[in-house]
Amino acid sequence: MATVSPTPLLKDELDIVIPTIRNLDFLEMWRPFFQPYHLIIVQDGDPTKTIKVPEGFDYELYNRNDINRILGPKASCISFKDSACRCFGYMVSKKKYIYTIDDDCFVAKDPSGKDINALEQHIQNLLSPSTPFFFNTLYDPYRSGADFVRGYPFSLREGVPTAVSHGLWLNIPDYDAPTQLVKPLERNTRYVDAIMTIPKGTLFPMCGMNLAFNRELVGPAMYFGLMGDGQPIGRYDDMWAGWCTKVICDHLGWGVKTGLPYIWHSKASNPFVNLKKEYKGIYWQEELIPFFQSVALPKDCTTVQKCYIEISKQVKAKLGKVDDYFNKLADAMVTWIEAWDELNPSGDISAKIPNGASK
Amino acid sequence: MSLSIKDHEIDIVIGALRSDLTSFMSEWRPIFSRFHLIIVKDPDLKEELKIPEGFNLDVYKKPDIDCVVGTSTSTIFSGYSCRYFGYLVSRKKYIISVDDDCYPAKDNKGILVDAVAQHITNLTTPATPFFFNTLYDPFTEGADFVRGYPFSLRSGVQCALSCGLWLNLAHYDAPTQALKPEERNSRYVDAVLTVPARSLMPISGINIAFNQEVIGPALLPSLRLGGEGKFRWETMEDIWSGMCVKVACDHLGLGVKTGMPYVWRNDRGDAIASLRKEWEGVKLMEEVVPFFQSVRLPREATTTEDCVAEVANVVKEQLGSKDPIFARAAKAMVDWVMLWKSVGSSTSSPGA
Repeated sequence: MATVSPTPLLKDELDIVIPTIRNLDFLEMWRPFFQPYHLIIVQDGDPTKTIKVPEGFDYELYNRNDINRILGPKASCISFKDSACRCFGYMVSKKKYIYTIDDDCFVAKDPSGKDINALEQHIQNLLSPSTPFFFNTLYDPYRSGADFVRGYPFSLREGVPTAVSHGLWLNIPDYDAPTQLVKPLERNTRYVDAIMTIPKGTLFPMCGMNLAFNRELVGPAMYFGLMGDGQPIGRYDDMWAGWCTKVICDHLGWGVKTGLPYIWHSKASNPFVNLKKEYKGIYWQEELIPFFQSVALPKDCTTVQKCYIEISKQVKAKLGKVDDYFNKLADAMVTWIEAWDELNPSGDISAKIPNGASK
Repeated sequence: MSLSIKDHEIDIVIGALRSDLTSFMSEWRPIFSRFHLIIVKDPDLKEELKIPEGFNLDVYKKPDIDCVVGTSTSTIFSGYSCRYFGYLVSRKKYIISVDDDCYPAKDNKGILVDAVAQHITNLTTPATPFFFNTLYDPFTEGADFVRGYPFSLRSGVQCALSCGLWLNLAHYDAPTQALKPEERNSRYVDAVLTVPARSLMPISGINIAFNQEVIGPALLPSLRLGGEGKFRWETMEDIWSGMCVKVACDHLGLGVKTGMPYVWRNDRGDAIASLRKEWEGVKLMEEVVPFFQSVRLPREATTTEDCVAEVANVVKEQLGSKDPIFARAAKAMVDWVMLWKSVGSSTSSPGA
């Protein structure tokens, strides 16, 4: 029987991207798990403010002045006064993997009381295959103590590369403003001991609070959109990136996992402030979901960049009439790709469109 | 258990492949004793059934089955398929079925799992197949839809099928269990989730519940392996039936949930001995899965019977020539629909 090998640290292959506007005190709790890694801190808001980084961490920090200097006119695609600015960190990173976490997220405990090393679990998720073509009822078959169930075709048991690992949150759940208003006291206390692949063709709401991805595979798709200052919408940055990324992963034959690890989300943002940011998104998403569900990417879109540009064209064509915001967003998507390619000239990641079971 | 569901709306159907049900029934007594049970004895089982007192039940044996469907048809109910006879004769809205080698499980807190109550909760709360909720079942206590979940999809659809899971002996195939003879499932995952629309999965018959009024005819005995035996490893009938059910549910806009409740599945059988027999099933799945993934039912199929008949047609056309087992399965499906119409519950509601 195979023994479980320890999870590789990947300390030279992974960057941790943290958007912040206040301080990074939360890093103290994460020190045992994060210290080996390089941090990319994206400072939002007032660039004259000094963000204090706890001693002993290896990091680079970018504020708005840095973003403007590095990207020039293309900086217009990076949001201001919104944590969406974090995607600048993905762009400047030189590593294969990214883990991004919010500054109000702390180490959670599992049911046995042990501290959860969220980063280690994300790495395990990213390094083991996904199974998007057929649902395994015992969830992740590559976990120790689990396997594929009876009836699961052997030809699908190798799985596909995992592009995204979406973690969850104990304590303050990621609810939208209306739900927060109706249930201000609800806390997520349920530890669901599972990781699963989200099936091909199924969309989900991707939360950026506790998220890891293979930057070499899907980095260019992780654009967090135009949010915050001067924009009509907020709190849909990660949603937008998630829908684009999922459509592209489905097209290129990569997997998206959700479930463990949990972090402890400590801060409930003000639901009235959230409602103001979200309200357009709440009724726009009724158009966005059918749009993403029906996006068809042509076969010659064999790279993430090509897929993304194609989506931007369809955004302009089909969503431009919903609101002019989407015309600006489509342009920003193109700008993002141009900026990405400038900062990451080593080339596209191509993927052969798999001959896997088709829909 | 939902207060609006009356006990008399529920039948518990047990296929008896072993004659001595004493310990099985005794262990389940705290949970089953409120309900009406239908016990169907495998027609091939020679010994008399031993069933303890104190239950409200009907027992069907070979002569009873022959009487209802005729001696030539009763062969379709041999082995694990005997439970389908129970589904056929039940007149209740909800049916719950567990294998006779399964016992009540305990959750992470050591509390006995009321599998019936959980299945009923699953069936009577909406399913959400059109968009994945990352906090799993949004209708469960302490959970809800997450940010980014479209409001228009939050009322969900009717749940037609609830697929439970198993602690101890998981539902692995023979090759997997043979490779890992000591592996037992000890992970209790505290979740119920809707299987997304157009995603297929291997539905196990070991621990299952369904709304008979909306999906009854789609749970059917049709695919029978040449060497089908009396261990789950030696059958494929539930997997095939499950594919039909999922395709029908997706077409009719009904939901399928998976996850809790867990049952405790006893060790039984020898995976290596079953390897020979299951190999046929393992090979067939390579055809079966791509086939069902490509099935598209016509808009005119508005009832479950229509869906089953259509699937049978397509099976015959596309798979019939690849292996006679499929041609036989297609015929069995057509026969089942006719049998259902004549013997089964007379109401067949169109899908939601």
